[in-house]
Amino acid sequence: MTDWRFMARQLARNPMSLMGIIIIVVFAIIAIFAPLIAPPPEGHWNPNPYMIPRDGYSATPQPPSEEHVFGTTEGQYDIFYGVIWGTRTAFQIGLVVIGIVVAIGIVLGSLAGYFGGVLDEVIMRITDIFLAFPALILAMAIVSAIGPSVRSVMIALAVVSWPSYARLIRGDILQVREEDYIEASRGLGASSGRVILRHALPNAIYPTLVMASLDIGAVVLAAAALSFLGLGAPEGYADWGQLTSFARNWIVGPPGDSLKYWYAVTIPGLFILLFVLGWNLLGDAFRDILDPRLARR
Amino acid sequence: MELRAYIIRRLLLLIPVLLGVTLFIFGITMFFSPIQRATLYVTNLRQLANLPAIIEQYGLDQPLVVQYGTWLGQVLRGNLGWSNVANMPVSEAIWHFLPATLELAIFATPLIILIGIFLGSTAAAHKDSPVDHGTRVVAIVGWSLPTFWLGLILLMVFYGYFRGFLPPSRLSIQMDMVVNSAEFIRYTHINTIDAILNLNGPVFLDALRHIILPVITLSIVNVAFIMRLMRSSMLESLGKGYILTARAKGLAEKVVVNKHARRNALIPVITVSGYLFAALANGVVITETIFNYKGIGWWAWQSAFRLDIASVLGFALFNAVLFVLVNLVVDILYTRVDPRVRLGGSVQ
Repeated sequence: MTDWRFMARQLARNPMSLMGIIIIVVFAIIAIFAPLIAPPPEGHWNPNPYMIPRDGYSATPQPPSEEHVFGTTEGQYDIFYGVIWGTRTAFQIGLVVIGIVVAIGIVLGSLAGYFGGVLDEVIMRITDIFLAFPALILAMAIVSAIGPSVRSVMIALAVVSWPSYARLIRGDILQVREEDYIEASRGLGASSGRVILRHALPNAIYPTLVMASLDIGAVVLAAAALSFLGLGAPEGYADWGQLTSFARNWIVGPPGDSLKYWYAVTIPGLFILLFVLGWNLLGDAFRDILDPRLARR
Repeated sequence: MELRAYIIRRLLLLIPVLLGVTLFIFGITMFFSPIQRATLYVTNLRQLANLPAIIEQYGLDQPLVVQYGTWLGQVLRGNLGWSNVANMPVSEAIWHFLPATLELAIFATPLIILIGIFLGSTAAAHKDSPVDHGTRVVAIVGWSLPTFWLGLILLMVFYGYFRGFLPPSRLSIQMDMVVNSAEFIRYTHINTIDAILNLNGPVFLDALRHIILPVITLSIVNVAFIMRLMRSSMLESLGKGYILTARAKGLAEKVVVNKHARRNALIPVITVSGYLFAALANGVVITETIFNYKGIGWWAWQSAFRLDIASVLGFALFNAVLFVLVNLVVDILYTRVDPRVRLGGSVQ
């Protein structure tokens, strides 16, 4: 069993993981207090606060001003409002996808690992099929088949990522399956369901669960890519990937001032980078702690 | 002998996976009605009047099993439907756009592997030194970079700020005319290679100028990935008994690191070439889209964006088949490098 206090101390001592924790906490605060940080304006054009307010319809982005702290992007969408509410979208996508994927992974992975035999073979061959596709390409195909939307992006990402979790959890269960305490509870007459839920899972999957939760960064990165490609959120929805794609036509300014629209490109991308970086910093530190081969050195 | 049995076993295992892959793609087409599926085969507007005939021809109103059989038969004969975006059959479109993408891969792959291996093993050899921390920070930032954003920033600087120094697309208009002229023979449709074969300096330089930014964009994220893997693999290998032996023999540290540790640490990196293929396949979609570089990834994006389902599914199927084959080759190579795998009888 992993000692949680030991782990927490290790994480807090490592400057990189500490940095990661701080970044994630700041983003969580932004997401929770989005309505206070960037309140929807009076008479917002849309009752849905996730739709970014726009200041006119002109295509040309406007530089940062008192009214628009980060400026506006193509179509006069307010960048500040977009990135703040986009934080909520990011958390939402990350948490939902990881939640679904872990749930499927636990169910199928423990069935395959615990019972073995034909069931294991069938489940593993199904994961083979899903893993035969490059993930983003399969996600693209799924989204274009069921129609672009934030929900479709979440479904597609869950479909392409569950197999790796099922495999990891199957491996974890396989490792504990032959342990004495499993044998003992079976001997006491416990049902398979009880053995899996009460004995096998709790002893097997915590490291996998921790790693999975830290994959939120990777999920958000993939979702942003799909959104950037125009396969995600509807136009005007607060989403970092889409905000970046708005800037595509404005990477080169007029002659003599070629970096004129820097804010439209740079700011939404920086939010994605920092968010993903936070999770990856934490994940990297965790991997080192969990890897016994490296710990001994 | 053992190896041959292993290869045969693996080839047999391919059959259910490939069948499953086709079944999965076929399943996605089932989101659409027979009429919508018939339009995937329509090559021009006049044919729209004949939709019932197409449904009849491809058996799109038959029971599922029959439909799958008919569809699979068509796929095996290379009929993946009609690509509206490319205005040609999907299978032709794949071959049409593939050389451009291969050109990116030819430049990016060696770059990624060499830099990744060098940085990773250097970091491991100097564990916990400033070099190690530095490369780790660079790797983790690189790993977190949104590819599409990196591409845009590179364009902003090298195309915008430095006035068209490294432009998007594949060739400038003038050079495009040269390439398409009668004197220029297109052996491979890979511009840089064709330019060398035609001994045409200007075309070569122009093609190179267009390819630098996409290659950098494709490489950075993957360099970070290989580097991370190489570092931990190298750390593991440095902790082995034979390293202690080598050191005890009084070998120079450089020889220990380069000859003993690195060679053994390379084994997991070979397996990763499979992942690298997938990473590049995913990466070219975004990279080619940003740089308006008309390869297979650009075509896939255009198709997905314009809901040209036949192309998107054809592209996905093509990639899956290729990916499965790449993994097969990797596993076979792996048994040659690491005999332990053969003894175990299975690769997990």
